[in-house]
Amino acid sequence: MNTMSPSISAEADMRSKGAAVPVPDGRRKDTLMEDKPEDTVIEEGKTVGKPFTADPKFKLRNVDVSYGADRAIKNISLDIGRNEVIAFIGPSGCGKSTFLRCLNRMNDSIDICRVKGSLELDEQNIYDSKRDVVELRARVGMVFQKPNPFPKSIYDNVAYGPRIHGLANRKSELDDIVENSLRKAGLWNEAKDRLDAMATGMSGGQQQRLCIARAIAVSPEVILMDEPCSALDPIATARVEELIAEMSESYTIVIVTHSMQQAARVSNRTAYFHMGHLVEVNETDTVFTSPQHPLTESYITGRFG
Amino acid sequence: MTDQRSQAEIVRKSLKRRYRTERRFRLYGILAIFIALASLFILFADIISKGHTGFVKTTITLDVTLDSGMMYLDDPTDLDQWSSADFKAPIIAALQAQVPQAASAAEKRELGRFLGTFADSEIRDLLTKNPELLNTTQTIEFPTHDRVSVYVKHADNPQYSIKLSEQQQLWVDELLQKGIIDTSFNDVLFSRGDSREPANAGVLGAIVGSLLTMLVTLAISFPVGIAAAVYLEEFAPQNKLTDFIEVNINNLAAVPSIIFGLLGLAVFINLFGMPRSVPVVGGLVLALMTLPTIIISSRAAIKSVPPSIREAAEGVGASKMQVVLHHVVPLAMPGMLTGSIIGMAQALGETAPLLLIGMVAFIVDVPDGLFSSATVLPVQIYLWASSSEQGFVELASAAIMVLLTFMIIMNALAIWLRKRLERRW
Repeated sequence: MNTMSPSISAEADMRSKGAAVPVPDGRRKDTLMEDKPEDTVIEEGKTVGKPFTADPKFKLRNVDVSYGADRAIKNISLDIGRNEVIAFIGPSGCGKSTFLRCLNRMNDSIDICRVKGSLELDEQNIYDSKRDVVELRARVGMVFQKPNPFPKSIYDNVAYGPRIHGLANRKSELDDIVENSLRKAGLWNEAKDRLDAMATGMSGGQQQRLCIARAIAVSPEVILMDEPCSALDPIATARVEELIAEMSESYTIVIVTHSMQQAARVSNRTAYFHMGHLVEVNETDTVFTSPQHPLTESYITGRFG
Repeated sequence: MTDQRSQAEIVRKSLKRRYRTERRFRLYGILAIFIALASLFILFADIISKGHTGFVKTTITLDVTLDSGMMYLDDPTDLDQWSSADFKAPIIAALQAQVPQAASAAEKRELGRFLGTFADSEIRDLLTKNPELLNTTQTIEFPTHDRVSVYVKHADNPQYSIKLSEQQQLWVDELLQKGIIDTSFNDVLFSRGDSREPANAGVLGAIVGSLLTMLVTLAISFPVGIAAAVYLEEFAPQNKLTDFIEVNINNLAAVPSIIFGLLGLAVFINLFGMPRSVPVVGGLVLALMTLPTIIISSRAAIKSVPPSIREAAEGVGASKMQVVLHHVVPLAMPGMLTGSIIGMAQALGETAPLLLIGMVAFIVDVPDGLFSSATVLPVQIYLWASSSEQGFVELASAAIMVLLTFMIIMNALAIWLRKRLERRW
């Protein structure tokens, strides 16, 4: 309780029905449970902090996503800057993954999913009916929560993207792409002697780095990462985080994570989502040291989520 | 404390009951497996005990003097003499030489009844091919008549009635001792088509007919079934029409096979004017019957491909078609193949629809193409099993064993393919 800033205490007092009554320490928790910060009314479309940047890669305005009657994303506006690493954090079910998957239209295969609003990549509408989703995904690659290599050889996994897009004309070019991608993903030394081995025989951390290599093999501009380390141990996680730091020089990276330490370590900016709302966006340092919204504060101090 | 102890007591008591239930449940399972295995064992034992003699043939080997005077045949190349020639006479003479006590004309006739119906045509064929053999002595093996065969193989089996006179039995015993009448592996079974005479009947015609029919069935049902499954699973919009199609495919799988036979008769034969009794029509009918099985199992196989693989492919920018062709179909292939082979095995054993399109006809020749008259193994079994001659009973069982062997091979192939192609993810 003593970590709480004065502002949130004041607001909590204003909302509370009985919490203002001083109670002995032992029962204080119960009162807090009644007085959940989740109950805070969030004004739709109102985001605290600095959601907009000067030269955005993605310009997202009034985005609304619904699955049938459920609104998963409620009127979110956000800019994602060029070559920045932005982390999406928030409790489970807050819509951060859904929002991430809108950025390369991975939600297309879900029939009941409807996306409204304006989503632009380099000032071109992502959801334009004439827009080719294949071309979009070649520019906006994705790494998933669970490592999902194809049940093929390591080489074929990395070469798959360049092959289907016709990026290499000769075998030697393809070899170069595979080597470069594996090098960038920090996997070359481990994999160079067994490029023909099945990718599914690698360890979880190696598989995830292979998936990253596969994503960067098609030279995307943006890489979306949906909790890339949630299935990995701390050592493998550290490797992937290092990798993100290296890649941030040449790629725009959007990472969804449940680990706030990870968000703090790897990202330039952090966006906090809550129940479909984008509550706060700011420089990562600012978000973690002096959050402006009470919900963000409650979340990063571990009061829920 | 007492509270906790009594709770532990309750748990311990319930544990006992739970373990009892589990043991009982396991026992039921073992019992079920035992019943299934026992029935299978009884079935196999019955078929093998009845059918193993079908793989044995009884023959008479004789030194036949192809005397032109005895046969009333001066010139084997002169076709006019064929009709009046007596090819049986030299065989009977040779037989009589072995059984000298049968001297009278009546006794010679009795001896002649040892020979299969086609013994004389064997001599005729030999002379047609080699006219120079006239007036020489040749050692020739003849199939015995069904009656002799039954006596030799089943003399002490009460289920068979011996149709030889006591005198004939004595002669046969004598010839057996001399080694003139002998039993050997029944190569006729695998080298000939059907015949009126059990000694000359084989399953080769039926096997070839079955293979040709299966070829047509496979060529149609596999690509069509898989294309339908892929389309329904991957591309079809989710609406009332696809629901309707789905329900009807499931219904089709439950339609009795004879209905497909009627359909084949009405559509392929009567409407399209295709010939009767041919493997093409049989294959088409069986393909229709197998399609729902293949579609349903292929759809299940496609459904079981993990979505993460699709996402991975979509994530690097694969188009829908590439996702399906590069990832979904290869990963679903083991399941699709297993379903298809099981469907084919079912089709291989199917009789009813083929009866209706005329594949039940008595066909002696081994079919030489998709449009020549043919029969198939299960129909051949049906024909032989309903035949009155005793020799066909064991042949039917032998043919069942051949059919079962094919089925076991196909199922083993399905298991092997699944093991071989199965991939973990």
